[in-house]
Amino acid sequence: MMLTVRFFARLREQLACEVLELPCEPGLDTVAALRASLAARGPVWQQALEDQNVLMAVNQSLAEPATPLSAGDEVAFFPPVTGG
Amino acid sequence: MSTEGCRVQVQEAAFNPAQLQDLLPASGAVVTFTGNVRDMSAAGSVHALQLEHYPGMTERSLQAIASEATVRWSLRAVHILHRVGRIEAGESIVWVGVCADHRGEAFAACEFIMDALKTRAPFWKKEHGAQDARWVEARDSDISRAERWQLTRTGDAGMGPCG
Repeated sequence: MMLTVRFFARLREQLACEVLELPCEPGLDTVAALRASLAARGPVWQQALEDQNVLMAVNQSLAEPATPLSAGDEVAFFPPVTGG
Repeated sequence: MSTEGCRVQVQEAAFNPAQLQDLLPASGAVVTFTGNVRDMSAAGSVHALQLEHYPGMTERSLQAIASEATVRWSLRAVHILHRVGRIEAGESIVWVGVCADHRGEAFAACEFIMDALKTRAPFWKKEHGAQDARWVEARDSDISRAERWQLTRTGDAGMGPCG
């Protein structure tokens, strides 16, 4: 089973990545663990994801670093929202 | 409140606020809010906005906000419409209509919905000026406005009748 990871707005542009399909490996059991794993992909990823303002969602609901992940989940990372 | 009383729409097409208001049910108090695209921002002149969103989460988030409003206040109807895609300066971008028996509930719910939408619903604005395009930065004042509602929160407002 896989994890789907989506990026939006400025983050999507910085990473030049809209969506990733990742194998749900042992250790990728929280949003924080996934974020750390993505940040290790390189300097651009590290810089984009170390921004403390970046928001996270799991299965289309806002999530916390400790929110657990399981196979098949859809995770998203994005900047603070600016609608309205 | 019945499920039909809560309505959320996310669309690219322009809308007419007067027509939307005509569709609201008869009630003692009707409060509506229309947000329009300004032609200036702190960063300079604005010709248009490009609105990105998170399809699926956007609708869920607006539905949850509408639902929370119906739990906190006694309302007859809530309608939220938000545009996405390219929106020219001067055009309307968001519309909220709230119906209640009395003005207090309608005013409060409408303001709450806009404050929650500004900080929770996954929309992102990119401003297009004469020469360039830039992402709009989130504002601390929007966060403070939304936090006021947490201070006055009475109990945990979970999913209401529209959830």
